[in-house]
This record gives sequence, structure tokens and C-alpha cells, in this order.
Amino acid sequence: MKTITYNYKRVYVWELAVRFFHWTTVLSLTVLVITGFIIADPPSFNLNVEATNSYWFGYIRLTHFAFAYILIANVIFRLYWAFVGNQFANWRNFIPYTKKHWQNIAHVLKVDIMLMKDKNHNLSDISIGHNSLAAFSYFLMTLLFFLQAITGLALLADTSGWWFPKMFHWIVPLLGGDIPTRYIHHISTWFFLVFVVVHVYLVLYHDYVEARGEASSMISGFKFVRAERFRKIINKIVSTITKNQTNQSKAKKTDDK
Amino acid sequence: MKKNLQREETFYESIIRKGYSRRDFLKFATYMAAFMGLENTMVGQLVKTMETKKRIPVIWEHFQECTGCSESFIRSDHPLVADVILDTISLDYTDTLMAAAGHQAESAKQASMKENYGKYILVVEGAIPTKDDGVYCTIAGRTAVEIIKESAAGAAAILAFGSCSSWGGIQAASPNPTGAVPVDAIIKDKPIIKVPGCPPISEVMTGVVLFYAMFGKLPELDDEGRPKQFYGKRVHDSCYRRPYFDAGLFAETFDSEEAKKGYCLYKLGCRGPVTYNSCGTIGWNGGVGFPIKSGHPCIGCSENNFWDNGPFYERLENIPGMGIEATADKIGKIVLGAAVGGAAVHAVATNIFKKKEIDENKEMGEINEQNLNE
Repeated sequence: MKTITYNYKRVYVWELAVRFFHWTTVLSLTVLVITGFIIADPPSFNLNVEATNSYWFGYIRLTHFAFAYILIANVIFRLYWAFVGNQFANWRNFIPYTKKHWQNIAHVLKVDIMLMKDKNHNLSDISIGHNSLAAFSYFLMTLLFFLQAITGLALLADTSGWWFPKMFHWIVPLLGGDIPTRYIHHISTWFFLVFVVVHVYLVLYHDYVEARGEASSMISGFKFVRAERFRKIINKIVSTITKNQTNQSKAKKTDDK
Repeated sequence: MKKNLQREETFYESIIRKGYSRRDFLKFATYMAAFMGLENTMVGQLVKTMETKKRIPVIWEHFQECTGCSESFIRSDHPLVADVILDTISLDYTDTLMAAAGHQAESAKQASMKENYGKYILVVEGAIPTKDDGVYCTIAGRTAVEIIKESAAGAAAILAFGSCSSWGGIQAASPNPTGAVPVDAIIKDKPIIKVPGCPPISEVMTGVVLFYAMFGKLPELDDEGRPKQFYGKRVHDSCYRRPYFDAGLFAETFDSEEAKKGYCLYKLGCRGPVTYNSCGTIGWNGGVGFPIKSGHPCIGCSENNFWDNGPFYERLENIPGMGIEATADKIGKIVLGAAVGGAAVHAVATNIFKKKEIDENKEMGEINEQNLNE
């Protein structure tokens, strides 16, 4: 029977801004997908009313547009945070432009996707923030988001009085009219849905296999990281603090007695 | 000699010579100003221009087409409209309507093009086939490509009338056996105004011709080269059934009670929300109606590639090259199902292949649990 267990330290990985971005995206994406599919193929209730007395489809569209703007603002905010946030929020995580990124992608593909044995047990292979494959998938989703936002705004442009959606109208002639534009907007939605399924599953997978708080980290911001991965000096300081604390509490206990 | 005299006439003089009163003329000016989307105050300017401006020669070419645009064109509801176009502007060549035929017609065209080089308006109706050296459309022994290049050389502006000359139209629909292309695929160095529609509304065509004839400049165009005053709005946004759309009241079949009540035709594949045209405002046959008013969804005839964006009675078109009925949603559902299934399979496989790690975590956790202080 083994007597040692690993020592873990709590690391503040996801700042409040990042978590805020994440959950705002979850909310707006959910609303946008639902209202989007309703707009594409509305159910017909055909309640026995005059058109004057009903506006539910108008409100569905209003909701869709409102949440689209929320999501756009949200992404712009996150892009800003990619330059000012901590190392895990930085834009460098998301674009695989170094050999290191690609090595990590290969590792994740082998060990986590193909479920092969990790022979080396190299601690640095385990990412503290995003792994490079996940981060790259977020980068691709950002590009898809831009496609979705631009096609959506371009479709809205003609009925909008605001210069902002009108800025994107150029994409309509480029794609060959409203029909293909709308079509691309519609197809992209399915990619978001597939992404959500894969993303949520892999979060749960990591949480289950690695048991270091992957899922809850997006609520608390903390992840647990093996003590060996910290600088020795930090370990020393931290252990002295804990020792002092335990000594103090011991002293307190003896006093109590 | 007489011909030259006529050419010197202003629009106004020729209208009066035809026996119309000044009152008719003013009515006509007001009417056209409204169609062109001009302000009230512009009527005076329009009258003035028509009184002083010389007539503009027009060459009207017909290529791969059904003459539907010409048919629509000559059915402007105000009598003066047709007159203005057919008589007042000098329509020097249009093989469908002109009296001359054969060599006579061709030489009249050559003469007019020479005389008015750089000044005439070229109207093009129909697409231009380019495959096999353009043999699929020849007039007087010459191909359409040759003819358009020749007539465009001396044109001040080109008006592409109809979906065929604007986008390629039905000829250019898949598989496009003749390699049909729109005018702007061949002529790059001239201002081209697209007046799409299958056919375009008569008043729209007249309005565009008159605008150019009156003001000597192109009307304001949108990103796709269509005049904004006629193609600035979607059919949907000027549709009288729009309140039913916003209220979510839709007809699902043509024989339903809802269809009878005049509910929105969105679910029957109406292309109104993606089609730019004036059907909802100007209307057809003298403003009597337009397809939606007659209970039929818009098929988007003035949109690029409308024939291939079918089926007309479905909201979501088929994906090209993926067989019939393979709509995006069906594929989406399959892919999404595959993702969910893949995740489930992966979860089971994880418990098998990662058993060692999972068990190790569990074991350590249990030891820690045993060693807790109470």
C-alpha cells in the first residue's frame, strides 16, 4: 500500500474577467442558438388573434439581435483581456506558433484523445491553463464567431439605422447576396453546437481523470497544481508559513488545554 | 434632314408635338419624380430638365433572353412612360421593336453608334454565353461577346435590364451549359447599372432610363451596383403582410385557413426577407399587386443565382452537390449526434484505458480520507 499522496497547491488560473467572459458567452450563445433556430423555422401557433395583438416573433428577433450585441461586446472585451490579463489569458496561448505548442497538441492528441499510455510522465506535459489543442480550438471558434457576427450584422444592416452593422454590409455582395449570407450564418450555428458538446465533454473528462478541479475552476478560478512544479524558493517560503501556522495552532491547542 | 431635326428636339418639345397638353406633361413629371424616389421639390427641376435637355440615343441589345423584360417595359401604366421611352428618347436600335430588320437594322445601329460615340446609353437584355467561342448566341452572324464589346466601347453607360444581364439568370443556372455570364463579367471599364428582376418592374426600368437621361449621371448605386431608390429595401420590409410576420402568424400550406386569411408566407419559402426589389411599394400592372398579394411567396427573382437557391417552397435550400433533401439542418443533426455519440464512446474508453490513473487517484484519496483529523 502506498503511503504518500501528491501535494497540490491552489493556483488562481482564471481571473474574474475570464470567468465573466465565459459565462456571458454561455448565456448569449444559448439564447442566440435557440432564437436563431426559431427565426429559421418558426413554430406556427396561429393563435386565434389579429396581427395587431401579437408580436412574439418580433420579440424573438429583438432578443436575437440584443444578445448578438452582448456577445460581440463580450468578445471585444476578451480580446482586450488577451493583452492585459494573466499568463493563462494571454493571446499567446491560443495561436500555435511555436514548436512547444505543437508538441503539446501532439501530446494531448495521443494521451487524451487517442487514450494512449503516457510513458514519459512528464509533468510539464500537463497544462495548467488551457492545453494547446483546446486553446487552438477556442481560436478557431473566435474566427467562426467573427464570420457569424459579420454575416449577421450584414443581414441586419439594411433594416438598421446604426452605422455599426452597416460597416459590414460589404460581405453580402462578396458572398453573392442575402441568400448565401443567411445560409452561411445558419450553417455556422451547427459548428457552435458541435463545439459545445465536445468542449463540455472534454472538461468533464479532464476533471474525472486528472481530479484537479477542471470543471469547478471556471466558477472559482482555482486549479490544483502539483507542488513539484513550483520554484523551490516558493516551496520553502510556503512550507515555513504553514509550519509556523501549525506551530501556532499547536501552541494554541496546548494553551487551551 | 428630318432625322437631324428630331434629334435636336428636347423631351418637352417632342411630348407636346405628340399632342399631349402641358398639364399631362406636368403630371408625368410628378409621377416620374415619385417613382425615381425624388423629393417634391425636385419636380420643378425635372420639368426644367425635360424642357431643355436634348434626347438621348439608346441602343438596346438582346442576347440570351426571353424578351420578358421588353414585354414588361412596354407595359408601363402611364401612357406617357411608354411614349417617352419608345419615342422621346431615341431608341435607335432594338431588334424586337424597331421597324427595320436585317441589314437595314444593323446598319442603323452602326450609324447611330458612330454618330453618338461616347454619348449613347446601352441597354442589355439577356446573358452572354462564353463557352465554345460564344456560338450559343449569334446575331447577324456575330457572337454576343463580340457585339457587346463593340457596342459597349462607345457607350456612356450600360443598363443591365433583367436578372440575366445582371447576374446571369436562368441560363447561368447549374450546370450552365452555354457558359452564360452577366454583362459585368465582360465589360469592366464602363459604368454598369444593374436592374435585376425576372422581369424587372416596368416603372423601375423607365425610372432608371429617365434618371440618366434627365440628370446625365448614374443614380446612387448600392454595393451590388443596383440603383438604391428601387433596390434599397427588401420585399419583406415593404410587404403589407409584414405585421403577420412580426406577430408570428404563418401559413403552412396553400390550402389552409391561414393562407386564406392572408397570413405571412415565410414558412412556404418566401424569399421576401432576402430579396431587394420595389414589388411591395411600386407593385405590378400599375400597382395592382405583386406575387405575395396574390398569395404566392416571393421567389427572389431579382436576386443573384435565384434559380439555384431552390426549392422555392422551402426555407432552407439544398446543399449543392450533396443530393436532394440534404439540407444543412439534417447534416447538422447527424454531425451533432456523432459528436454526442463520440463523447459517450470516449467516456467508456476512458474508463478502460485510463483505469490505472483513475484507480491511483482514488486510492490516494481514500488513504487521505482515512488519515483525516476528526
